[in-house]
Amino acid sequence: MAERKIRVLVAKPGLDGHDRGAKVVARALRDAGMEVIYTGIRQTPEMIVEAALQEDVDVVGLSILSGAHMALCPRITELLRAQGLDDVLVVVGGIIPDDDVPALQKAGVQGVFGPGTSTHDIVQFIRERISEREMLRAA
Amino acid sequence: MPDSDKAHENPGDKTLFDQAAIQRIRSEVAAWEQSDVAQAQTRLSERRDEFITASSRPIKRLYTPADIAGLDHEADLGLPGRYPYTRGVQPTGYRGKLWTMRMFAGFGSAEETNARFKYLLSQGQTGLSIAFDMPTLYGYDSDAPQAIGEFGKCGVAISSLADMEVLLEGIPLDQVTTSMTINSPASIIWAMYIAAAEKRGIARARLGGTLQNDILKEYIAQKEFLFPPEPSVRLVVDTIEFGSREMPRWNTISISGYHIREAGSTAAQELAFTLADGFAYVEAALARGLDIDQFAPRLSFFFNAHNDFFEEIAKYRAARRIWARHMREKYGAKDPRSWMLRTHAQTAGATLTAQQPEINIVRVALQALAAVLGGTQSLHTNSMDEALALPSERAVTIALRTQQVIADESGVANTVDPLAGSYFVEALTDQMEQEANDYFRRIEAKGGVLPAIEDGFFQREIAESAFRYQQEIDRSERTIVGVNDYVSGEPPAIPILSMDPQGYERQVARLRRVRAERDNRAVTTCLARLSDAARDGRTNLMYPILEAVCAYATLGEITDVFREVFGEYEEPVYF
Repeated sequence: MAERKIRVLVAKPGLDGHDRGAKVVARALRDAGMEVIYTGIRQTPEMIVEAALQEDVDVVGLSILSGAHMALCPRITELLRAQGLDDVLVVVGGIIPDDDVPALQKAGVQGVFGPGTSTHDIVQFIRERISEREMLRAA
Repeated sequence: MPDSDKAHENPGDKTLFDQAAIQRIRSEVAAWEQSDVAQAQTRLSERRDEFITASSRPIKRLYTPADIAGLDHEADLGLPGRYPYTRGVQPTGYRGKLWTMRMFAGFGSAEETNARFKYLLSQGQTGLSIAFDMPTLYGYDSDAPQAIGEFGKCGVAISSLADMEVLLEGIPLDQVTTSMTINSPASIIWAMYIAAAEKRGIARARLGGTLQNDILKEYIAQKEFLFPPEPSVRLVVDTIEFGSREMPRWNTISISGYHIREAGSTAAQELAFTLADGFAYVEAALARGLDIDQFAPRLSFFFNAHNDFFEEIAKYRAARRIWARHMREKYGAKDPRSWMLRTHAQTAGATLTAQQPEINIVRVALQALAAVLGGTQSLHTNSMDEALALPSERAVTIALRTQQVIADESGVANTVDPLAGSYFVEALTDQMEQEANDYFRRIEAKGGVLPAIEDGFFQREIAESAFRYQQEIDRSERTIVGVNDYVSGEPPAIPILSMDPQGYERQVARLRRVRAERDNRAVTTCLARLSDAARDGRTNLMYPILEAVCAYATLGEITDVFREVFGEYEEPVYF
């Protein structure tokens, strides 16, 4: 039976236009067999959550290098929950100080990938978490 | 002529090398490879199958005169300060004047950044460089909804002339040159700088500095575009025209490759795309009816200073030669100053690591050295903590001292273009020129830079290079010290810049005061005049912008006029 591909939304919230990493990750995930939707830059939290809903994604990957992550990420996870998308895995990449990670995790971000992360690690992380989720659902 | 007795293959040969000698060298190298090298390989094979640059360019084991056999000293190299400027644009190089040590700075509110400017000047920097925050870069006032969470994080917030006045307080604008990294709203921020200076009695003609103002690279790489390409280029030509007329000491544009490289391009792409953008601006200004020698001397450039030492040096030298050749041969510029490529350089931000951040000091030193050996006019060196935050005072001091050590202790500034004649460097310089010319042909085949942007040509090239680079790292084909090798596993323990928590409130309070205290009818009139001028397509917008700015119209208000008249651009997405 064909396994459903993991569907990932890669998005850049806020004003930050540095999209090199987001694009490299999007392509790596696609090469790893996932279905990737890349929103492009300048997405509001509302736009991202709407896209996540429309595209029925398993994962929302956010890329933020501007330092605005503490304003944007909790807002996004809040909106996802409001839309009943609690099950969606939220991961963040970019410039995220270590000190902010606990607060992000508390807000529902499950993975934080700072500078120097390999694409293999991101692929692995997503596969493992989605696999766990599928097992929990099946149980 | 003493050499006329030698056995040249072609009597009219203008090449530097005796071609018979070249032939002998070629044979010698071939024999050396078959015997000496082959033997060395049996004892000890080379560490890799291929040795590549940071751009994945394969580098040969050895370069000899045979690799630059056709070098014509007069046509290809020349002397410093002479066409084609391969060896630099000034005869005396750094012996006459060191590169400007110009540290990019800005964070939080105008007060904090003003203090950092004064600190840097007191520590020996010789020029100012202003970093603006995201909302400012996008033409949003600090209290706009789009600015939430973004205030002051990537640079200083400037929403009105009042902020600019605070930012520049106590800075001798008639003695210090200022570079401003601003693109879509460049005309507006420039107007604020000019207005602030004139309010202090300094005539605009005395102001020296640089406006980045390079909108084409925004579509290609940095993505800070606002309006569609056509009206955006119109704004750039307005600023070029204004500058040519009113501000002889000001570089109206900083045609940039830095961001293209940061987005992941190779060195050759950085070189080619930047120069192609430059030519596009030249053509746009010519189409406006400007005389090339009127504006070209004040076009300037901005290149990256990346990891691969020799590739970068070759890149700068090739850039000068290519620009000179095109400006003279293709565009018919007559004034030698129109042929001279002058550039700022910044060490590559994308190479900084969050892991073992002190090691970034080493990277920056090598990158800065390459920029100096490449003949840069102006240099910013990154701070070690910039993969994590904006520079702390301690980190930025080390970065500035790096330049000072290069200038005063290393000896490299004792002579002009010291690496000229290196078989390797000259061969690489030639190669990069050829690669750039190949790209120019491809861009031309697409109808020029604007059609190529619409087609996504640059963006796809960059995305390919960026992906390849990451793959090389992920596969450990490329080592990044501290990241995929020599890993220490310790979290970074360096102090990170913290900003004034009152900064935002102070900024918003000032903004509200400005809006309340100004003559709001005058502002409305100015904005209406600006809108008409923007629509008529014939007025140089710098004049109505200056009027609006002097009336304390805010950045957001002025940009909104343009958003309304020009529309907003949405980019096609490639990955």
